[in-house]
Amino acid sequence: MSLFPKDFDFKMDVLREVGNIGAGNAATALSRLLNKPVDMAVPTVSLLPFEEIAERVGGSETVVVAIFLRVGGDAPGNMFFIITRESARRLLQGLLSEDAASDEAEYSEMEMSTLCEIGNILAGSYLSSLGDLTRMQMYPSVPSIAVDMAGAILSYGLIQFGTMGDDALLIDTSFREGKEETQGHFFLIPDPESFDKLFRALGVPVE
Amino acid sequence: MTEVTLIKVGMADLNVAAGGAVLKTTGLGSCVGVTLYDPVRKAAGMAHIMLPSSEIAREGQLNAAKYADTAIPALIARLHEIGAVKERLVAKMAGGAQMFAFAGGSEATRIGPRNVESTKLALEAENIPLLAEDTGAHYGRTIEFDSSTGVLVIRSVQYGVKEI
Repeated sequence: MSLFPKDFDFKMDVLREVGNIGAGNAATALSRLLNKPVDMAVPTVSLLPFEEIAERVGGSETVVVAIFLRVGGDAPGNMFFIITRESARRLLQGLLSEDAASDEAEYSEMEMSTLCEIGNILAGSYLSSLGDLTRMQMYPSVPSIAVDMAGAILSYGLIQFGTMGDDALLIDTSFREGKEETQGHFFLIPDPESFDKLFRALGVPVE
Repeated sequence: MTEVTLIKVGMADLNVAAGGAVLKTTGLGSCVGVTLYDPVRKAAGMAHIMLPSSEIAREGQLNAAKYADTAIPALIARLHEIGAVKERLVAKMAGGAQMFAFAGGSEATRIGPRNVESTKLALEAENIPLLAEDTGAHYGRTIEFDSSTGVLVIRSVQYGVKEI
């Protein structure tokens, strides 16, 4: 798919910076919430076949905890905050009580809504920093949560790209909490129509 | 134990199998996995459908496997190539879930049920009976279809294994 016929590398760099600023703020918010340092990796921006996107979080059948938000406003898109079940358990133990999430297979209503709220706060800080940077309106929908196969969850965020081709552009930032192997990801998948708007707002020439 | 040949069907992809090989597609969420089977020839086909209708396609080269209305005819054609007879074909399907039930109120949240509806219409248009389905609800599914028996095995995180 020729998403960016011109200045491909430069545009990918700009999107990497978008991920850097957004996820950087979200990581700070997470760190405050947990009262612990949170390390963030340099974001990767890639145009990936649908099939490979779930590979980023361990494969199509890997069970993950995902909070999904639809991004509304000037540059719509889909946003996922994805963590392993192990990290979800640690997050909940840190925020609720030591014996939280003792049942890995099923979370209580309280645990589900806590995870949802974490996703909400993080996505909110991601988007508000992006909004400040671009001076565009970007706001998250009410978050919803699913604990299921990564492939089943992520395919939901690819519908907008589905009509265009068999690849999607993904801004992926992984993070780690303290020395623990907490693996989590912020995925931002802007709708195909949103790229020109993002570029224009950031002063990148659009053909 | 004999080795079973496993043929993977990706997202927005289709494939056929015979001679006891098993077709498999993983992580069906709002997507629909549909299978066609000729019980006499023991020929099986599977498509991993992502969107209800090719009318909304804006891509240059249309990927027939991606849309319900184009995937069924494409799958019939592939099955015909390996000796299946259209009049004998029977269908099963799984998937079409609403993974995020409360996300906004946008049309995208209904994509699962719409995929199911369109797949049924496409089967009706070709006069292929739908023998069984495990669709809807709010969870992901992985499916395997055995070309020697025509049994569709459905796995999910919460509900384990089910056969239709």
